[in-house]
Amino acid sequence: MTAAKNSNAPGRNGFVNRDRDWHPPALYPPYKTSVKRSPQASLLSFPTSISEETGPVFGHDTINPLDNDLIHNFSADQGAAIGPRIVVHGRVSDEFGRPVPHSLIEIWQANAGGRYRHKKESYLAALDPNFGGCGRVMTDEDGAYEFRTVMPGPYPWPNSMNDWRPAHIHLSLFGHSFAQRLITQMYFEGDPLIWKCPIVGGIPTREGVESLIAPLDMARTIPMDALAYRFDIVLRGRRQTMFENRVEGL
Amino acid sequence: MVQKLHRLRETPSQTAGPYVHIGCTPNFTGISAYGGDLGVSMKTGPVKGEEILITGAVHDGTGMALKDAMVEIWQADASGCFAGQPGADPDFTGWGRSPGDMDTGAFRFDTVRPGRVAWPDGRMQAPHITVWIVARGINVGLHTRIYFADEEAANAEDPILSRLEHRDRVPTLLAQRAANGEFRFDIHLQGPHETIFFDI
Repeated sequence: MTAAKNSNAPGRNGFVNRDRDWHPPALYPPYKTSVKRSPQASLLSFPTSISEETGPVFGHDTINPLDNDLIHNFSADQGAAIGPRIVVHGRVSDEFGRPVPHSLIEIWQANAGGRYRHKKESYLAALDPNFGGCGRVMTDEDGAYEFRTVMPGPYPWPNSMNDWRPAHIHLSLFGHSFAQRLITQMYFEGDPLIWKCPIVGGIPTREGVESLIAPLDMARTIPMDALAYRFDIVLRGRRQTMFENRVEGL
Repeated sequence: MVQKLHRLRETPSQTAGPYVHIGCTPNFTGISAYGGDLGVSMKTGPVKGEEILITGAVHDGTGMALKDAMVEIWQADASGCFAGQPGADPDFTGWGRSPGDMDTGAFRFDTVRPGRVAWPDGRMQAPHITVWIVARGINVGLHTRIYFADEEAANAEDPILSRLEHRDRVPTLLAQRAANGEFRFDIHLQGPHETIFFDI
């Protein structure tokens, strides 16, 4: 048996480190708010330990039946929200392609007119009395998820004088470990605003941006009811080392 | 040509934006949903160990406290077990989430002092709490850790704390006991007191 030479080497089941060149940098001046909210020192790199390799677990009983139906989950009498009805579905997997089952996804978005239900929101588009704008869903045993909502509208936001957010839905993912915790945004195929947005623009590669654009998925539409978009999500993956410094005889 | 490595790329992060609370703590924003917000309470009954309060705020590079941040923590229980592990305190969830005070941005966690957990090589880490911060203007959620200033012996042998080159930055990871008995932990996104953030 040989003892590990580097005592800060990753454990055999540690998470693969995040590729920081793939994500938007902390400081991206065209997105003005990032200027004073971005750390300037280098991040401190350490292998994951049990503190990051574990995370909160939510049971399917956390979820109520209408939580994944944003069309109906806000109105007291389950009246329908206004706007184009869509289904969003996909699969959550890790970087090795393994499904991430039984994990919580939280979602939030503007209504069909591009207006959020929030007291700090000042856009003049109307609120929809039947739309709250939040939902949540658990992935099933294959990592698949699905929710219903209305197509969010694009909206202007204070950054430079005339910046518009493309239509988008925010997603918060827990995975199975705190190391996998992720918040992202999904965009919609064909939206010309995607390529003008300073928040999207922080993503360094075209390929990275495209991985956030959900295609129209005609096979999953509900005829006479809702269009469908597919959005697959990838969380960080965990090493699975077969050969490690094993005690002799094992 | 060589064989292809079938690896997927992690989905790129995007900022949580100004309305993260709608999605993660809707009741805090006045949207009545789910029968309550997740992570408000870390205790489901009488917990074991020393109960502590941790308060603080997230400050931007000008020193101003953010009012649109969300802070989450994840930690072991008093005996060093994470929720779900054998022997873990069944009344302690280990996970807390704070949207911050509506007016001041201050976050507050009613929790227990965590026990020690192992580093991958078997050494014991000092008691700590893992922290994750998201907000408008933060493109990738930031990880850091809360250690405790009064755990001098454990801190001295911690695999992370003991290896930090810039010793003057170590205090940015230490919660200090305030006069009222609460622990204070302020997070500075940049500036002379910039918190050490982890690529972990």
